[in-house]
Amino acid sequence: MTATLSAPTATRGLVEITGVRKSFGATEVLKGVSLTVEPGGVAVIVGPSGSGKSTLLRTINHLEKVDGGHITIDGQLVGYEIRGDRLHELREKEILKQRTEIGMVFQNFNLFPHLTALENVAEAPVVAHQPGKARRSREEARRRGLELLDRVGLKDRADAYPRQLSGGQQQRVAIARALALDPKILLFDEPTSALDPELVNEVLDVIRELATSGTTLIIVTHEMGFARDVADTVVFMDQGQIVEQGTPRDIFSNPQEPRTRSFFSKVLEPAFNI
Amino acid sequence: MRWPVSSATRVAQSNQPQPAQPQSEQALPEQAAAVPPAAPPDKTGVSARIPADYSSYRVVAARHPWRWVGTAVVALGVLAVAWSLATNPRWEWGVVAQWFTAQSVVNGLVETLKLTAISGVLGFVLGFILALMRLSASPLLVSVSWTFSWIFRSTPLLVQMLLWYNLGYLYEKISLGIPFTDVRFFEVQTTTLISQFAAAVLGLTLNQAAYSAEIIRGGILSVDQGQLEAAAALGIPAWRRSTRIVLPQAMRAILPTAFNEIIGLVKGTSIVYVLAYSELFYTVQVIYNRTQQVLPLLLVATLWYIVITSVLSVFQYYIERHYSKGAVRNLPLTPLQKARKFFATHAAVPNRRNF
Ligand SMILES: Nc1ncnc2c1ncn2[C@@H]1O[C@H](COP(=O)(O)OP(=O)(O)OP(=O)(O)O)[C@@H](O)[C@H]1O
Ligand SMILES: [Mg+2]
Repeated sequence: MTATLSAPTATRGLVEITGVRKSFGATEVLKGVSLTVEPGGVAVIVGPSGSGKSTLLRTINHLEKVDGGHITIDGQLVGYEIRGDRLHELREKEILKQRTEIGMVFQNFNLFPHLTALENVAEAPVVAHQPGKARRSREEARRRGLELLDRVGLKDRADAYPRQLSGGQQQRVAIARALALDPKILLFDEPTSALDPELVNEVLDVIRELATSGTTLIIVTHEMGFARDVADTVVFMDQGQIVEQGTPRDIFSNPQEPRTRSFFSKVLEPAFNI
Repeated sequence: MRWPVSSATRVAQSNQPQPAQPQSEQALPEQAAAVPPAAPPDKTGVSARIPADYSSYRVVAARHPWRWVGTAVVALGVLAVAWSLATNPRWEWGVVAQWFTAQSVVNGLVETLKLTAISGVLGFVLGFILALMRLSASPLLVSVSWTFSWIFRSTPLLVQMLLWYNLGYLYEKISLGIPFTDVRFFEVQTTTLISQFAAAVLGLTLNQAAYSAEIIRGGILSVDQGQLEAAAALGIPAWRRSTRIVLPQAMRAILPTAFNEIIGLVKGTSIVYVLAYSELFYTVQVIYNRTQQVLPLLLVATLWYIVITSVLSVFQYYIERHYSKGAVRNLPLTPLQKARKFFATHAAVPNRRNF
């Protein structure tokens, strides 16, 4: 049950999550989660509310510290380094460096409201330290920012502030912003949940296009139709554990676990078929 | 999925549920089929009507008679006050004019501005540091910052001033050295170090810092946590995160209260009269004790305070406007722009409403 390679050319962005545990106070939110996403693969995580999907995603870029287990990206530990027989937590500067290889798109966009769309996209490349890359000049970052805005179809709105944009446009700016550092991996936490149904597709279309670009995508979503289209692995989580994972066909039309079956029977239209 | 409808047809359609369209070519046919069919268009009869043409009518603005009554009453009141101010000889406007720009008064004014600027700037810098300490993860820094605010907010400013000025009585000498050893780098008499000016600045600064720390902390807390997360996820360094992402947004919450504080400080500096420090208010007191023209001289000081506050208010307006970029959908016009627009539209075409 591992992800298949969708883009054989992709050589970077292998994510290996091994036995990850996380508790908030007394409640254990992740109870030993293991998952492998191949370079260039697209993993879609689904599951009921509160099952730990967001938390898992946030551990991948170390916004959330794990209590047990570990996560590696292309064989490199996230948030820690091995010295002798110990794992030392990295200093913030090093963690920030690692994060530049992992883009994240949030449910509520989190665009910087006092910066224009272009400034939002061009900020990080100028100031963030990226491993093995020089920081970009303002001019270069602007040019690249415009390219990215063009790619998400918003070149003509480059000077608009986020509040002057529709929800779908804001989320597309957020995607462009996440792409600005050429990350190996992109994390999406319910990127369309805050959007009106009409606007969902403009965002999903952008993500669909990314899915073929060789970047590894890990997407939490409730859009089952989209998951079926775009995923090479669908992961079903419940109560802090991965209950089942497999190709969309296996998971949607032939779930093995009763919990998976009962979840899909609630969220899928009766006529939903592969 | 835009509806290519004119406003007229939109009126016609608004009373019926709009038929949902398949969201994309890839949308499942089952999904599309699951959508309830559109309601018959003539159900309410609205859609059959031909929209009337109102373009030939003249528009008459709504009338607000009570607004006019209120305006008249207030205008009368203002007029009465102005009349009494101008005609009552006891205000002694001549004396006011004579002292308003007198050298000693202007000197006092300069001292007031100096005290305000120095203790305002130092106070806010120290307040910023205290706010960061209070928000830090270190319990020691948090408690030091908390204790500082606690002490300086709970003692009267007057007492603080006098204590600083009389520090020489408590500690004769001030020295810099290594604690618990005899090593001293320098040593001075406290009384030579703490002049009236130093005591005034020290007192005002520390007191101001205690208050501004809380204002700045409040501003920082008002910025959404998601902003920090997004910045961290992008690998933006910590210092840049504070200065580029958090502070500009915090400024919106900080500025109104901060200007309140600074305006308070302008007048608050008058408290240094207890140190016989000749700022504006003390100067005026000295003069009226000599000339007995109490009321006009108090007016002189008051007018200057009004001038300073007005200038500060203008600054406040423009600074707040600067930081509201992006926070409001469209920036409101400045009074100047409004005036220009008013004259541009009203002077050119009177009595015409533009749509
Ligand atoms: N910072 C936190 N402190 C305490 N509990 C938390 C925290 N963050 C998440 N939780 C808890 O962890 C559990 C998993 O949360 P998580 O946000 O990962 O769920 P989710 O699967 O993303 O749900 P949803 O689909 O509603 O977004 C929930 O029970 C939540 O209440
Ligand atoms: Mg979530």
